[in-house]
Amino acid sequence: MAKIIGGITTSHIPAIGIAMDRGIEDTPYWKDFFSAYPPIREWLAEQQPDIAIVFYNDHGLEMFLDKKPTFAIGCAPQYENADEGWGIATIPPVTGETELSWHIVNELIENDFDPTVCQDIKVDHGLTVPLSLMYPGRKYQHLKVIPVCINCERHPMPKPSRCYALGQAIGRAVESFAGDQKVVVFGTGGLSHQLDGERAGIINADFDNECMDKLVSDPEALTRYSNDDLTEIAGAQGVELNMWLAMRGCMLGKVREVHRNYVAPISNTGAGTQLLLPE
Amino acid sequence: MTEKKEIWGTIKFDGPMATKGFALNKMCYTFNNAEGREEFKKDEAAYCDKFGLTPAQKEAVLKRDILALEREGGSIYYLAKFAGVLGLNVQDVGGLQTGRTTEEFKAYLDSQGRGKSNG
Repeated sequence: MAKIIGGITTSHIPAIGIAMDRGIEDTPYWKDFFSAYPPIREWLAEQQPDIAIVFYNDHGLEMFLDKKPTFAIGCAPQYENADEGWGIATIPPVTGETELSWHIVNELIENDFDPTVCQDIKVDHGLTVPLSLMYPGRKYQHLKVIPVCINCERHPMPKPSRCYALGQAIGRAVESFAGDQKVVVFGTGGLSHQLDGERAGIINADFDNECMDKLVSDPEALTRYSNDDLTEIAGAQGVELNMWLAMRGCMLGKVREVHRNYVAPISNTGAGTQLLLPE
Repeated sequence: MTEKKEIWGTIKFDGPMATKGFALNKMCYTFNNAEGREEFKKDEAAYCDKFGLTPAQKEAVLKRDILALEREGGSIYYLAKFAGVLGLNVQDVGGLQTGRTTEEFKAYLDSQGRGKSNG
């Protein structure tokens, strides 16, 4: 059976991609953030996962409001990135996967999740920035990516508890897949931030650290928040915690944290990074 | 029945707001493409009319009034693309919405994180 070998949480802020393109990772503003990644890259290089399931949210590249899925999953052999309008460089195509992804779709629908199934979607910075962070120099083509997109833009959004349950269903689907693939799961985005309104700019570092603690020891405690709670505590875009919860759901049992970093602010955001391994 | 929590300084982008803002967001969605950005820059008012923006939305676009655009149903995801056309980043936009200069807004961000531990 395929196996989930680890979970990674990471910010996906566009400014990170722009900083990497400019080669300013070692400047005072950025060095505390980028210093979190070498240990994760080493772990990836050592483990050589075959497949990455990446939970992300589309910020209006592929999924406009006209047809916006609550949950979407990609089943394509390749995903293109494209111009997002405000200057982040477009990255080369991301390699996809068409066997485990269809198996996950079948299992999800069998287990009462009904995602939108996508055979041709563009992926935005929500997915591409984490990949670029894990594989500097855009050396990610060997890794087969299964994108799982969660609506974090327009209410009603899927509840934290539902995102966690989606992750659990995907985790079980991976375990039931006949193969020996090594799978890593990314929970991207977050943590606290708010881009819009007079309240723009709020960051809640205490809550962010509590989320990282709970993600390890008691993820179900986090599923008791509503999206309105998260908005109030962690800002309107703090709901991106939902992608972290989906990642954690995939890991099913207990996990141990082998690496953590937190820097705030990065751009307008509390930027958390974790590497979790199954126990 | 879900309750609607009112949070100061935050407009919940929900069904009614998305309905109100659809044309505005649709216009800003075209800023993903260089052709859309160029056509807008050539004649902003005409581009607003092409997408059927309301007078209030059009006025807010022409005045670069981000808060008014949000009240008129703009989603920050697409308004960010509008801000990109104007050459503004998310700290500039944060400053515009909170009555701060960009530097003041950055200092506010910092005060909640690294600036806190640095005293």
